[in-house]
Amino acid sequence: MKRKILLGSVLCVAVAGGILFAADHIDAPAVTGANSASLGSDITDVYAFQSPSDNSKMVFVMNVQGLMSPAASATATFPSNTLYEINIDNTGDNVEDLVIQAIVQNGKIRTYGPVAPAATGISSTVVTTGPVAEAGVTGYASSAAPVVGTNTQGIKVFAGPRDDPFFFDLTRFKEIIGGTQTSFRNPGVDTFAGTNVMSIVVEVPKSLLGTAGTINVWGETKTK
Amino acid sequence: MLRINNRATLLSFIAASLFLFSCKKDDDMSDSFDTSGTYTQKDQMARPAINTVFVGTAKKDQFNMTIPSQMSAAFKTDFLAKLAGFGYTQNALGQNADQFASLLATDVLNVKMSGTTTFFDGTNVLTGRALADDVIDTELLLIFGGPTGTSNPGLTKDNVNANDKAFSSTFPYLATPW
Repeated sequence: MKRKILLGSVLCVAVAGGILFAADHIDAPAVTGANSASLGSDITDVYAFQSPSDNSKMVFVMNVQGLMSPAASATATFPSNTLYEINIDNTGDNVEDLVIQAIVQNGKIRTYGPVAPAATGISSTVVTTGPVAEAGVTGYASSAAPVVGTNTQGIKVFAGPRDDPFFFDLTRFKEIIGGTQTSFRNPGVDTFAGTNVMSIVVEVPKSLLGTAGTINVWGETKTK
Repeated sequence: MLRINNRATLLSFIAASLFLFSCKKDDDMSDSFDTSGTYTQKDQMARPAINTVFVGTAKKDQFNMTIPSQMSAAFKTDFLAKLAGFGYTQNALGQNADQFASLLATDVLNVKMSGTTTFFDGTNVLTGRALADDVIDTELLLIFGGPTGTSNPGLTKDNVNANDKAFSSTFPYLATPW
């Protein structure tokens, strides 16, 4: 009875909330329409973790353009009108104190920052006065040998197609929400198996991120 | 001898010039990228599935355009309503609905600057998000698992516990595409 009530509630929420997708895949209706001019702007996931190879560094990952087949991945690009921005709050007020801004032009990605933004909020200009790092965009055909750019401060940058690291039995979840199942299956089936994303990965020395014990991080895409 | 020295000096100078020139060509990062213009926000995210689960279709774009410092004021009421719909009372972190909604409605990743960075690894909670973290199980557990994490056992884990490809121990860490 309790479960029935709960599932009924879930169903109500699901109907009210529309179709549920994934981590954040296809969760920006303004940029994911079939004829969208901002297709490269749809963020699927953001990650922030201590570098597995150097604990003095922090890694930031922003993935966009989710659920790509291998065929779609072969022709996918990073639009040149798009700014990929990692926002970092190191004073605990959830306002960005530092940004890492990435743009892609002529087959190269360049990152600017960490650097204080010109202005906080939903409009950005590129701040070129901080650290700069650059790398060629890794192509799908050569993706087994990722192009890694490293600058003199030890910042590393990568851009190109990768396997989507997100995993979830979304199909079953939808069935639960839809009321045709009452629980997850075991083993589950990863709906994201075999799909790719366009990935931007930046590794920076922690010393460039301030002295706070905890930072708050979020990813943004912006276009011009 | 002098002549040779001069010549050597000249050659060194030419070599150095060429070197400097080529250095400049490689390192001068100001000329080949267009950094002009103002960029306007399109999408935004931090914690996985927050917009997906807690924000209705009509407000998804609004959520993506709301800066994190204003999210709680704009969305906490909606998040509380969702939690109520899920039958939420308290989670395994001891948070009541108001506390949990406050945490979730400000969509940022809290990241510890030293030590383990993970969404949840059994010990550390919300200290980052690593590639292999089973973030969905963590969120399902916190939403549906009740105060002890044992409620609704069929809904608190999806039984997909790892990615479909192994991650790399070297930069850029993500697996090659399919």
